[in-house]
Amino acid sequence: MDLPILLIQTLNSVQYGLLLFLIASGLTLIFGIMGVINLAHGSFYMLGAYAAFVLSALTGNLFWAIALGVPLAVAFGYLLEWAFFSFLYKRDHLQQVLLTYGLILVFEELRSLAVGDDVHGVTVPATLAGSVELGSTMTYPVFNLFISGVCLVVAVLLFVLLRRTRLGMMIRAGASNREMVRSLGIDIGFLFRVVFALGVALAAFAGMVNAPASSVYPGMGNQVLIICFVVVVIGGIGSVTGALVAALMIGFVDTFGKVFLPDYAGVLVYLLMAVVLVWRPEGLFREGRA
Amino acid sequence: MTRTRRTLVTVALLALLALPLAAGKFYVDLVAKIMIMAVFAMSLDLLVGVTGLVSLGHAAFFGLASYVLVLAAPDQYTAVSLWTSLPLAVAACALAALVIGALALRTRGVYFIMVTLAFSQMVYFVFHDTKVAGGSDGTYIYVKPSASVGGWSPFDLNTGTHFYYAMLALLVLVFAFLRMLLASRFGHALRGIRSNEQRMRALGFNTYFYKLAAFTIAGAVAGVAGYFAAVQFGFVNPEMLAWHQSANVLLMVILGGMGNLVGAIVGAFAFVLLQDFFSSLTKHWLLPMGSFVILAVMLLPGGLTRAGETWRFWRFGGRDG
Amino acid sequence: MTSIEGQKQRRRVIKALGAAGALGALGAPAAAFAQASKLKVGFMLPYTGTYAALGRAIENGFKLFVKEQGGKLGGREIEYFTVDDESEPAKAPDNVNKLIKRDNVDVIVGTVHSGVQMAIVKAARDNNTLLIIPNAGVDEATGPLCAPNIFRVSFSNSQPGLAMGLVAALKGYKTAVTITWKYAAGEQSIGGFKETFQKGNGKVLKELYVPFPNVEFQALLTEIASIKPTCVYTFFAGGGAVKFVKDYAAAGLKDKVPLLGAGFLTDGTLDAQGAAAEGLLTTLHYADNLSTPRNIAFRLAYAKTYDSKADVYAVQGYDSAQLLGIGLRAVNGDMNQRPLLIQAMASSEIDSPRGKITLSRSHNVVQDFYLRQVQNGQNNAIGLAAKALADPGRGCAMG
Repeated sequence: MDLPILLIQTLNSVQYGLLLFLIASGLTLIFGIMGVINLAHGSFYMLGAYAAFVLSALTGNLFWAIALGVPLAVAFGYLLEWAFFSFLYKRDHLQQVLLTYGLILVFEELRSLAVGDDVHGVTVPATLAGSVELGSTMTYPVFNLFISGVCLVVAVLLFVLLRRTRLGMMIRAGASNREMVRSLGIDIGFLFRVVFALGVALAAFAGMVNAPASSVYPGMGNQVLIICFVVVVIGGIGSVTGALVAALMIGFVDTFGKVFLPDYAGVLVYLLMAVVLVWRPEGLFREGRA
Repeated sequence: MTRTRRTLVTVALLALLALPLAAGKFYVDLVAKIMIMAVFAMSLDLLVGVTGLVSLGHAAFFGLASYVLVLAAPDQYTAVSLWTSLPLAVAACALAALVIGALALRTRGVYFIMVTLAFSQMVYFVFHDTKVAGGSDGTYIYVKPSASVGGWSPFDLNTGTHFYYAMLALLVLVFAFLRMLLASRFGHALRGIRSNEQRMRALGFNTYFYKLAAFTIAGAVAGVAGYFAAVQFGFVNPEMLAWHQSANVLLMVILGGMGNLVGAIVGAFAFVLLQDFFSSLTKHWLLPMGSFVILAVMLLPGGLTRAGETWRFWRFGGRDG
Repeated sequence: MTSIEGQKQRRRVIKALGAAGALGALGAPAAAFAQASKLKVGFMLPYTGTYAALGRAIENGFKLFVKEQGGKLGGREIEYFTVDDESEPAKAPDNVNKLIKRDNVDVIVGTVHSGVQMAIVKAARDNNTLLIIPNAGVDEATGPLCAPNIFRVSFSNSQPGLAMGLVAALKGYKTAVTITWKYAAGEQSIGGFKETFQKGNGKVLKELYVPFPNVEFQALLTEIASIKPTCVYTFFAGGGAVKFVKDYAAAGLKDKVPLLGAGFLTDGTLDAQGAAAEGLLTTLHYADNLSTPRNIAFRLAYAKTYDSKADVYAVQGYDSAQLLGIGLRAVNGDMNQRPLLIQAMASSEIDSPRGKITLSRSHNVVQDFYLRQVQNGQNNAIGLAAKALADPGRGCAMG
């Protein structure tokens, strides 16, 4: 493998890793702050992708679709937390697993009723439809660079939010010690709703931005969900930094695995998780008790 | 068991014994399938209801046994011996459970749930992505295992009624075995771990090994169920290992009521019959199914066999122990 | 549990009534009676998923022929039943059982996905139901699992690959990389290509696989660029074919590494692929521009009836109906005359839009394979890749 190809595969890995990070960061925050294990998180990714399909067909442009879709996702997340998830806090993990599993089924069928079960492509906006020369044999689609760029920007914004704002401080505190935050008089209900809406929006945004590259199809949420669980386990529950590191690791293992060991590419990610667990049973970055 | 319980169980057993005489082939096959799922559910109940270990990856052992059956056959058209292939499948599952459990049990609580999920996905991808037994297309079992020993066949699994009674016998045997296990010192230790692991450790129990033993036994029993599921269905496919299958069996356990084994059997019947019912209503049957799941877990946290506990839950609120 | 008991009871009563009715119907074996009742045709096709367009085209083609015959085949009217198989092998056994046990169809027409086809073949063999395969090329159906009641009017997976391997070797390509979905159809197509390509002194450097129906190709396209073969052979169809062709062009590989495909890559997909598909070479048993009167008439009729361009799937659906029609005519619509029906179908010569075709002893099609190139949004035949190519039918115990 020569240098330009190595660089391109690295680009592919980083793109996948950043996308995973966006989705997994929501999952780890919801988990860390609210103690809720949410199997339906992959459905948010799927709903985002389908929203991108529907909205870009309506508005004719992916950018408008994203601009409209993100606020919709935030509102949806806020409502969903209030209407459903707030009832899960008192339940034990087993019940949370089953309740959110039921939610996945409901979302899948609602989507099937609303949009049908066909596979759809989403058109890349004309401004991003070109390719750049990279090395002698191949060119790299500009849109893929766009995906990486956008995910990176959002990741940076997320870190800024968490480390430099008051809200971020409350979130980090909540992830590290929920009871303490509550006893400090902070409106925990509001905090929960904000975190949940943030998680939903991040997952949906990832779905929207990646829709042209992945196509839109039923069951796309399930595949991504399990990988995100692995990200959270490796990175450590509640740790956004951990999620970033783990997501990038998985991006590399998956991409290079597909190339060097195609039959085992699917297995490699879980092998990585097993290795990390043997070494650090609670993930790479622990941020206090869950 | 209380007297009402005992009468109910006896009546149910008699009904199951009499079923093939009264019902048609379709129902005999359906109930045989439910009994296999009941064995599967009981094995998970041992983990979840008794030991308090929520595993979201139990289908891995269920499916692994099916694949061992397929791989044990020299080709697709000759019958394997039941008496060699079944122990082989169970041994393979026990071994897999031992290895996976040894790693997974290093984690606790939520991590354990996610780790079991991820391990079962690993097994799923091994069968889905590689050329072992047909990959994503699956493989067919054209001839069922033969039960003959030195020329004499006690029963023929190809016949619907023989298979049904074999499954009924299996259900009773597994139930008796697990009941015996639960009544033993080992079983009590497991219940103690569920109730308060810290205290058990303080009392000198090596809880890790007890949990690992439970995990291995549960995996082996799940393998028994998976083996016969493959025999009945005649088709082995990676979807048998998918996490949906794990979630479904978890649902059966919680629907019926955890920890008392009978709940697992009731849950299996309830779940499969409901699935059948909903899918006959509409193509989009996952919608009522999903809604039902949500309602059932919300309103009946103790499951169908724990009516008393449910009443207490609603009367006094709070987390289900 | 009472309501469920009640439901079971009701179901049992209905079943009993149904059985009594069926027995009554069987008690009148006169051919005239058989002719008066409708022939039940069961479509098991993908109506959703990446192969949805293929399923619809097959059904359209079938119904077009029936319409041209005045709505009857062999003097009998048709009653259609459909099951959406979603191209999911895991659900296939249950789905095909619905057609056989619940709807009691006389003949099954299906399907597209080779993995799903295996379930249908097994069920057809177990129940001795007449099966006409309008697409799925899984080798086993006319190989080890062949049966008198199973017919295929499409192709076997290895055929387009066998043909393209010959073309590639003739063109002087020395090295190739293959890429496809990892399931029976993809693997068998690659197998065919490898066989003839290697016989022509070519070498397959690497075989790349993507899980079905995944369409994320970026990492593997990069790998192809890294290996730098003289050509790439691929099998994709439906939605996956659209994406692959577009991604291949976007990765700048189209002009640097010639892409050779089994014809499904560009059949039924040209509108969506646009300029990315121009100039692509494929091999298939059909081409849009075949100038026979039969094909021209067919394409016109199809365009008029369905307002879309006919493709190979429509032709296969059309020919399924033709084959069934030939059989029914020979027995005057009486499905009970099985041996005569089978014999008529097996020895038939079908006047297909792709040319006249016959069936081999394993009930697979013997046909010419054209080398086609995409020109101005059409698959045009530019030569013959292989003449009267019969599927080897390895392992079939018939005939």
